[in-house]
Amino acid sequence: MNTMRFKWSNHLLLTLFSLLMLYPVIWWIGASLKKTSELGLPTIWPSTPMWSNYSSGWNFSDQYTFAHFFGNSLLMELGNVTGGVLTAAIVAYGFGRLNFKLRGFWFSILLLTMMLPGQVTVVPQYILFNKLGWVDSYIPLVLPHFFGGGAFFIFLLVQFIRGIPRDLDEAAKIDGTSVYGIFFRIILPLIKPALVTVAIFTFIWSWDDFFAQVLYISSVSKFTVGLALRMFIDQFDIKWGQLLAMSLLSIMPSAIIFLFAQKYFVEGIATTGLKG
Amino acid sequence: MKVSRKLRRNKGETNLAGYVFIAPWLIGFLCLTLWPVAQSFYLSFTDYSLLDAPVWTGTSNYHNIFTNDTTFTKSLSVTFIFVLVSVPLKLFFSLMVAMALNKNVRGMNIYRTAIYFPSLIGGSIAVAALWRNMFGLDGYVNQVLSWFGIEGVGWITNPHTSLGTLILLNTWQFGSTMVIFLAGLKQVPQELYESASVDGAGRVRKFISITLPMLSPVMFFNLVLGIIGSFQTFTSAFIITKGGPINSTYMYAMFLYEKAFKHYQMGYASALAWILLVIVALLTLLNFVASRYWVFYETDGGKAK
Repeated sequence: MNTMRFKWSNHLLLTLFSLLMLYPVIWWIGASLKKTSELGLPTIWPSTPMWSNYSSGWNFSDQYTFAHFFGNSLLMELGNVTGGVLTAAIVAYGFGRLNFKLRGFWFSILLLTMMLPGQVTVVPQYILFNKLGWVDSYIPLVLPHFFGGGAFFIFLLVQFIRGIPRDLDEAAKIDGTSVYGIFFRIILPLIKPALVTVAIFTFIWSWDDFFAQVLYISSVSKFTVGLALRMFIDQFDIKWGQLLAMSLLSIMPSAIIFLFAQKYFVEGIATTGLKG
Repeated sequence: MKVSRKLRRNKGETNLAGYVFIAPWLIGFLCLTLWPVAQSFYLSFTDYSLLDAPVWTGTSNYHNIFTNDTTFTKSLSVTFIFVLVSVPLKLFFSLMVAMALNKNVRGMNIYRTAIYFPSLIGGSIAVAALWRNMFGLDGYVNQVLSWFGIEGVGWITNPHTSLGTLILLNTWQFGSTMVIFLAGLKQVPQELYESASVDGAGRVRKFISITLPMLSPVMFFNLVLGIIGSFQTFTSAFIITKGGPINSTYMYAMFLYEKAFKHYQMGYASALAWILLVIVALLTLLNFVASRYWVFYETDGGKAK
């Protein structure tokens, strides 16, 4: 924590380490502009940048451009983030502030579900969604986010809510505010930073959740960005330049969100007191 | 009398309100977790292909898995090696980096962003594509090695190096673990370090006597979730190596996926899922028991819960 003692050598070390970590990404940027014959070369920047990798990659499918796939992914995310943030806040208030019978029991169950491997539930869930006729729609991807947004997020918010002084609730209660009013007028405004953390994580994790997407979506018209990229990979002759160009574009939404909201990542978790 | 009735009524109200608020999770838990878990247990004793009704076959799925299925043994051992190597590696790296980043200096945000970035794009197919290209036979990695006169191999096509390559990818993405360590480090009271300095403790001594014990709950949290997460690694094996070569990266999650959704052996896959559940549960339990000896919980004295 001592600012004075942080020497230039530490900066040098951190810079080198950051570069090492980012090196594959830097290489990636250059590679997305290369001809296939140049890909293996150790140079980062190609002799003549093939900007056409981007245009031909964007239009690689005869039926749809990547605009369509990005639209699909963003539509899915709209549902996921709305459902996750809304219901995680509601459930976390219940666990964090209200006293009800068996609260401790249900909370331990909630924590236990974090340790349950997803593979155990995936087969019956698939069978259920299949019976309901929801396979090859976004419902199986989006709907689960409306049930509290996931145990990890509920836990995160509960810890955050517990950090808010109870005096605030008591004062409001004396003024005649109901538990519902306290949630909307006091708790909800105060947990905004934590909700931003939940929103960001939900967005990024479900953007990357290839397993669920590959499982439930089969028509090309409904493909997400991840599934569209897989179409490249499954081809016999992979056009690496185009694939790497589109892959790079596919991580942009997460990257932009992260750059703008970077501080919430650490602060959001730090203030929730994950330990103990 | 009046008061107690009012109290009781209040209690009934908060009881109801409590359940109103946790209802979304509770409904989801019952329908999308508890019921599927029970269903999966039942299906594991059946033969079921989605088309016809499940046929009860007793323990024959389990029997086949343990006696006839060499792919099971292979994928389980591959996954164990993956977990055993990548979890400690990731914990070590992320703790070291978190300590380096836990300073209030200008530009620290930039370092944090740079180091977190690979994890941000984590399990995505984009990274899998990148990795597959970089570690190919004519890939970038081999070109760099050739400068040093080292003749590279096809990292992902050679059964001796393929799993190691996936472990490397997994370790490169240590950011989330690191962020949680960082959050833990921020909560270690600075007074402890100051009074240790007064007592003449050096850096190593402070690390062993203050940082490690204070961080042990976070370490435990990361360890448990890291093990559970690694057991479920899917995308990298599915996209980069497709489980090969010669099943050297055939992860358990991929094996289960193929049994269920490629061969439509839902009963068999459910049995595999239950074996995974038992393994993860046993390991977690073992961790909890062991944690009594090394995880240090601060007593709540003076700290509001």
